[in-house]
Amino acid sequence: MISNRRRLFLWTVRGGMYLAAALTGILTLFLVGYVMAKGIPNITWQLISTKPSYLSGNIGILPDILNTLYVVIASLAIVLPLGVGAAVYLTEYASSKRLVGVIEYAAEALSGIPSIIYGLVGMLMFSNNFGTCLLSGALTLVIMNLPTIMRNTQESLKTVPQAYREGAFGLGAGKWRVVRTVVLPGCIDGVLTGCILSVGRILGESAALLFTAGFAHALNGFWDGLSSAGATLTVALYVYAKEQGEFGVAFAIAAILMVLSLLINLAAVLVTKYFQRRNAV
Amino acid sequence: MNRPVITVNGLNLWYGQTQALKNISLDIPEKSITALIGPSGCGKSTFLKTLNRMNDLVPGVRITGSVCYEGQDIFETNVNQLRKEVGMVFQKPNPFPMSIYNNIAYGPRTHGITNRQELDEIVEKALRGAAIWDEVKDRLKKNALGLSGGPQQRLCIARALAVQPKVLLMDEPTSALDPIATSRIEDLVMELKSQYTIVIVTHNMQQAVRISDQTAFFLLGDLVEYAETEKLFSQPGDKRTEEYITGRFG
Repeated sequence: MISNRRRLFLWTVRGGMYLAAALTGILTLFLVGYVMAKGIPNITWQLISTKPSYLSGNIGILPDILNTLYVVIASLAIVLPLGVGAAVYLTEYASSKRLVGVIEYAAEALSGIPSIIYGLVGMLMFSNNFGTCLLSGALTLVIMNLPTIMRNTQESLKTVPQAYREGAFGLGAGKWRVVRTVVLPGCIDGVLTGCILSVGRILGESAALLFTAGFAHALNGFWDGLSSAGATLTVALYVYAKEQGEFGVAFAIAAILMVLSLLINLAAVLVTKYFQRRNAV
Repeated sequence: MNRPVITVNGLNLWYGQTQALKNISLDIPEKSITALIGPSGCGKSTFLKTLNRMNDLVPGVRITGSVCYEGQDIFETNVNQLRKEVGMVFQKPNPFPMSIYNNIAYGPRTHGITNRQELDEIVEKALRGAAIWDEVKDRLKKNALGLSGGPQQRLCIARALAVQPKVLLMDEPTSALDPIATSRIEDLVMELKSQYTIVIVTHNMQQAVRISDQTAFFLLGDLVEYAETEKLFSQPGDKRTEEYITGRFG
């Protein structure tokens, strides 16, 4: 028999857990719902297809969308070869276990640093040389995302069976050919996961870009884009909400960002599932 | 015995501080099957992997003594060229995660053959050589990992044949297979003998008796006895060989 006190205790604990679970769910739903409800009505074709003008009083976020795209592509274009190259070196070539350990530790530590510090460093390293521009912002994001790409690739490289390498070496393939034809194709899932996580992080980044890429909303030409200052969507969100008091626009941007990040998470899940199924053959 | 293709003289091998091979000397005759037997950890696999320098991949390996392939010191020659001449089949079938065709074409492509027609011919010849052509000819574009264990291992043999080696090293190629798949591989190995020199590590003494021409018995890094298979199993010259083949240890 359970005593009444014991029964009361169990009920309380169980109730507390239900409450905590319910609160978590409700809060998340509320947040998403609130942002969507406030944001979606403000998303108009006018908003996403024009640039802002002080003369006509128009507000448009097309430049911010393009800037975001620019920063994502520029960062990935630089960080991918660097991160994948570093991972391949560390797992396939480096002979000193200690060196590998130190670099891995440094990468872990790097990924825990608050992004505003990256911003500060980026400002000193890049903006002072290239000016406040998207290129400086992208380079700063490269440093920020390097550990993500590197670690994901590395973990994935470690799962490529040693038997594949042996098989290829046994046929007389040289080191580089083995890496290129057998090892790298086997870690494509890790590279992709790292990419998707990085895109998510770049989309959500504001602090590091405030310092380095500036706030401009101008539409620049395709080639001038990188060397001009520009706000990404998150930075624009900050500017519209905090400095111009345009909360409608801010919520519209927030809704767009939220949908994008949901899509990116979905993509990450789908990619992982696809490769799990493919590898299970 | 036929003329020796590989001659080993005073070979010692250490993994770090442990000596895995002690002063091994033996000749491997051309176009015959040489079986390496002995209990686990006796050094037979290590010896096999020395012959095409696969031990180079293991950190901390130190080797003294000489191993000559066709009169050339293998530690002086280009390792990729050596492995082209001295191919290897591993214990567990290890096809690459790509199509059957690309698996076979991997070796030839590595050595610079890109002509599509030439590759087609090599692939067919290799698959026929490994007695697997009829099974896979209609699904050359399918992933090799979709095959089951036995066919996978014959695919790996075909992959090794595709670079036209002179010697084929086999490291317990049937230990992961069922009896039927095993006997097919054994038949294949005996057929291959007419064109290739084969060195096979086996745990299975019946297998050594069934297929090999000469047998080397290893124990704790020593080569205890090396003789014609029939002689080694009927009148072993060493007491330890006799005890091992009659199942008193191992």
